[in-house]
Amino acid sequence: MAADNPAASTKQVLGPDDVRRAVTRMAHEIIERNRGVDGVVVVGIAHGGVWLAQQIGAEVERIVASSDEPGAPVLVGSVDASLYRDDIGLRPMSPSAVSDLPGDIDGATVVLVDDVLYTGRTVRAALDAVADYGRPRAVQLAVLVDRGHRELPIRPDFVGKNLPTSGDESVTANADGVVIS
Amino acid sequence: MTAARSLLAVEDLGADGIERILDLADHMAEVNRRPNPKVPALRGKTVCSVFFEDSTRTRLSFETAARRLSADTMTFAVSQSSLSKGESLRDTIETIAAMGVDAFVVRHKSSGAPRMIDAWTHASVINAGDGWHAHPTQALLDAYTVRTSLGRAGGLEGLRMAIVGDVKHSRVARSTVAAMRMLGVHVTVVAPRTLLPPDVGEAFADAVTDRLDDVIGDIDVLYLLRMQQERMNEALVPSLREYTTRFGLTSERAAALAPQTLIMHPGPMNRGVEIAVDPAELPGAVITQQVTNGIAVRMAVLFDLLGTAGAGATSATATQDVLTEGGSQ
Repeated sequence: MAADNPAASTKQVLGPDDVRRAVTRMAHEIIERNRGVDGVVVVGIAHGGVWLAQQIGAEVERIVASSDEPGAPVLVGSVDASLYRDDIGLRPMSPSAVSDLPGDIDGATVVLVDDVLYTGRTVRAALDAVADYGRPRAVQLAVLVDRGHRELPIRPDFVGKNLPTSGDESVTANADGVVIS
Repeated sequence: MTAARSLLAVEDLGADGIERILDLADHMAEVNRRPNPKVPALRGKTVCSVFFEDSTRTRLSFETAARRLSADTMTFAVSQSSLSKGESLRDTIETIAAMGVDAFVVRHKSSGAPRMIDAWTHASVINAGDGWHAHPTQALLDAYTVRTSLGRAGGLEGLRMAIVGDVKHSRVARSTVAAMRMLGVHVTVVAPRTLLPPDVGEAFADAVTDRLDDVIGDIDVLYLLRMQQERMNEALVPSLREYTTRFGLTSERAAALAPQTLIMHPGPMNRGVEIAVDPAELPGAVITQQVTNGIAVRMAVLFDLLGTAGAGATSATATQDVLTEGGSQ
């Protein structure tokens, strides 16, 4: 999957501070869009989105706690979409963390979180997975990096960074930054 | 080639393969805890159970597992007498395979029958028990039950298990002992000499004894095997009462167990024989959890064989004469 000569072609596009700022900005946008955090559940798509969902959830909670009208704690969970993928049988499958959705999502606003948005197929699978747990009032999508090349009509609501890439590059994202190789 | 396509014996998986299935089973157990326990993972796949020997629980467990993954299921039930050997078995399998089957779940009274069937078909074959030979999914669900009941997600290394009863005639014993030892469990076989397999030794178990009371206070898992009535007729055991006195779980022995010791049984239980106390009154009894876990573990096996790269994608097209819709994705 990686390029032939990763050392020569690796490029860091975001550093740890950039990631932290992106998380803070997305947290503000989530609060603004939903006029608070009532009924908001932040759900990371396993496994790349789980750490990001935890950071966004913690940041949302920090912002709300320091505001004039602190509310209930923000629920954070994770969903594993591997049993809902459309390429089962076509590629190796390694399950990551077991799905752990907090509480009842009927009527909640679910903010799905992933590290990198690419073809949109993982998000499609995650939408089906979430629907098996209940009927949210709305589902929104937050990603740290949108690298383009969508193959399905899926669009993020909150984006850390838009990053034009070519199809043969690979993008990795974590709390230490975002790297193209 | 067969390693990834079929599951004939737990030994074929190796320790890494067992861990992979148990990790997958965690995901399947989560599906089973939902109000609507069903995922679309194996849509379009067909699983056929072919049972040449009576079994309700194993067949129902496999069929439930297949349906919870959205696979279609077929059942081919035969009495032991009608179709059991040679050409007719092969004809049966080839006929069913021609209907477009992705996996056969096979139980047969003859050891090795699943391996023969595996050679005749391109579909996956899962051994659901053959003769005295193997019952790999039972071994996997036993390992999974120990792992979840004792909170041992990191591995079973260093646990001690005693398996008690008719080891000689038990495919469950063979597979479960092999799996547990691959995972680093110390296994003691406890049985009368007449019910020990001829090859029992270091290759089979870590220790062998005919005195249950010597080990009962020092084990994490007490695994009781079903004592079959036929063995009395063969004069391998003097009487059921004698068996219970020496090898059964009586209330005295239950009191001698360490508090956290698990009590397991592959079912169906002979109450009053190998287990002379009500398991509902034993805090360590996980016999019903074994049954529940069996579904998750069989889902994991089906998904591992049919849902990963290279396995399911080729099997549906393998039946030469039938054009299977969507088989070649």
